[in-house]
Amino acid sequence: MTTVPLPYRVAAVSAETADCVSLEVAPVGQALPEFSPGRFAMVYAFGAGEVPISVSAIGDGHRLTHTVRAVGAVTGALCRLRAGDAVGLRGPYGVGWDLGAAAGSDVLVVAGGIGLAPLRPVVRHVLDHPGHYGRLNVLIGARTPQDLLYGEELERWRRASARVEVTVDRPGPGWRGSVGVVTTLLDRVDWRPDRTEALLCGPEVMIRHTAGALLDRGLPAQRVQVSLERNMRCGTGHCGHCQLGPLLLCRDGPVVGYDRTRPLLAVREL
Amino acid sequence: MIGTDGLAALVDVLRARGYTVVGPTVRDGAIVLAELESAAQLPYGWGVDLDAGQYRLRSRTDGAAFANAAGPQSWKTFLHPARVRQWTAERAGGELVIEADDTTPPRFAFLGVRSCDLRAIAVQDRVLTAGPHRDPVYGGRRSGAFLVAVECTEPGGTCFCVSMGTGPAAGPGYDLVLTELVDDEGHRFWIRGGSAEGAEILAELSGEPASEAVCRAATGAVAAAAERMGRTMPDTDLRRLMARTLEAPRWDDVASRCLTCGNCTMVCPTCFCTTTEDVTDLTGDHAERWRVWDVCFDLDFSYLPGGPVRASPRSRYRQWLTHKLGTWYDQFGSSGCVGCGRCVVWCPVAIDITEEAAALYDWTRRAEEEPR
Repeated sequence: MTTVPLPYRVAAVSAETADCVSLEVAPVGQALPEFSPGRFAMVYAFGAGEVPISVSAIGDGHRLTHTVRAVGAVTGALCRLRAGDAVGLRGPYGVGWDLGAAAGSDVLVVAGGIGLAPLRPVVRHVLDHPGHYGRLNVLIGARTPQDLLYGEELERWRRASARVEVTVDRPGPGWRGSVGVVTTLLDRVDWRPDRTEALLCGPEVMIRHTAGALLDRGLPAQRVQVSLERNMRCGTGHCGHCQLGPLLLCRDGPVVGYDRTRPLLAVREL
Repeated sequence: MIGTDGLAALVDVLRARGYTVVGPTVRDGAIVLAELESAAQLPYGWGVDLDAGQYRLRSRTDGAAFANAAGPQSWKTFLHPARVRQWTAERAGGELVIEADDTTPPRFAFLGVRSCDLRAIAVQDRVLTAGPHRDPVYGGRRSGAFLVAVECTEPGGTCFCVSMGTGPAAGPGYDLVLTELVDDEGHRFWIRGGSAEGAEILAELSGEPASEAVCRAATGAVAAAAERMGRTMPDTDLRRLMARTLEAPRWDDVASRCLTCGNCTMVCPTCFCTTTEDVTDLTGDHAERWRVWDVCFDLDFSYLPGGPVRASPRSRYRQWLTHKLGTWYDQFGSSGCVGCGRCVVWCPVAIDITEEAAALYDWTRRAEEEPR
């Protein structure tokens, strides 16, 4: 039943940053149907509540990883879980990244903050399928060097042929990388608007500015996929919270083409 | 055709078949929907005077049972309950056991579903059961429900079903339909079946075939009702109107009056939004998930960690109206408004959905006429 969670157990916890953890969870009994990159689960912290979280890794044996940032009561409870603890999971919900649309093209991934989490399975998928996609560029913005997710994995992506560029808002001592918003990285990597599929996730203001910069450089809006966030209580299209104009983001998103979302995101408080 | 004794028999037959019969009855100065033990509880001889922000019972000399427009409740009270437990979770020895709440709902027979409300049920059917996921709570209650529709012969001062194409004649979806007639010939109901079970129950009632005169009188009364709508929507494509007025100054005007109380969403027969509440008992090992009606006028409705998406009352009223009249089409393939007028009646500051739509329409026409 799509409204009742299944019991999962935390198999491993990785502290990613000061306020982010990755929870690898495995089904206790029955497993949820197969997830794909960009889709999400409603993750239940016992007694505290449920939150919608995209998968940040899809493992073997129905294992899933969710990267969670502690921003409220439920995410706080999830971030305090230890290996062996129980959680509830339901899903998969929503529309994920359209990797078919990216086949044969260069892939440009642009992530802000925890927005890298739903994009990690995309990067892994592209690197696992050489020949299916062209060049892979990954542009990442973080608040500070300490807020950067998946540091070691980024090195593996570089070694595996991805171009990975990182910028931070506030550098700390010892930071020798870029400083500034993620759009400043766009002209640092080699990408062509006539053969690129762009996938964006991050704060909405970052998505708007990045998508705008991509369109300025000649990328068509329908070749820009964005993953958007709204309040969600059900995941099944029934609670009404995730509306963005005509869209129900749990059903029509969270990944939506920028050709559809551009006029919607232009209206304040829609 | 049946008389009032036939109507009483109908309630008895439905109850004998195991239905919980729900219908209109007078309580606390209003016509509410409640379980009926007999047809005697119907609001015989009661009408209503309706206006923006106003609802008054009025006695009728003709003794009619259904000559009263929509009251404060709609059938969603029963099909899509305001509070429902979805599941329980037990934590024992590190294990989590989650069980769906499988309480068997009553089998409802709704007596007196007006044409606008019949359409509203069809709208909620699409929202809650026709998408990729079926809501088990609504679905379970709806699939067992028996609908006795009533054609409208007495619209209220806030009614506009004709504008929305939802009445006053009953559309499809009923099991039985009644048209009430009170005249020199007596108090009668022209009753027809709309389903196999409806026909079966009809056969159990001792009525007589409706004469051509009765059919003509009933049809005429419904047609006359269409001419007596208290309100009308502007004659334009409302979906398109909503899409092109997102930045109209009228939203500031209505926001200056709107209390963001959400009464309109509570009384609306199609508003379906819900939120969730998670509770635990004192042991901390028993948790429950409850689903409760929610209101898009609340700040928390659009809560995100960075702050609410719709912080201003302007944006929240706009969300409600543009969803109801516009984006509902995109999401669920129809309008979300059935023209019942409840939101107009129960708004404490008398905001009128038809007046707001008309003001938006005027704004677009003025904008078109302005010299460039």
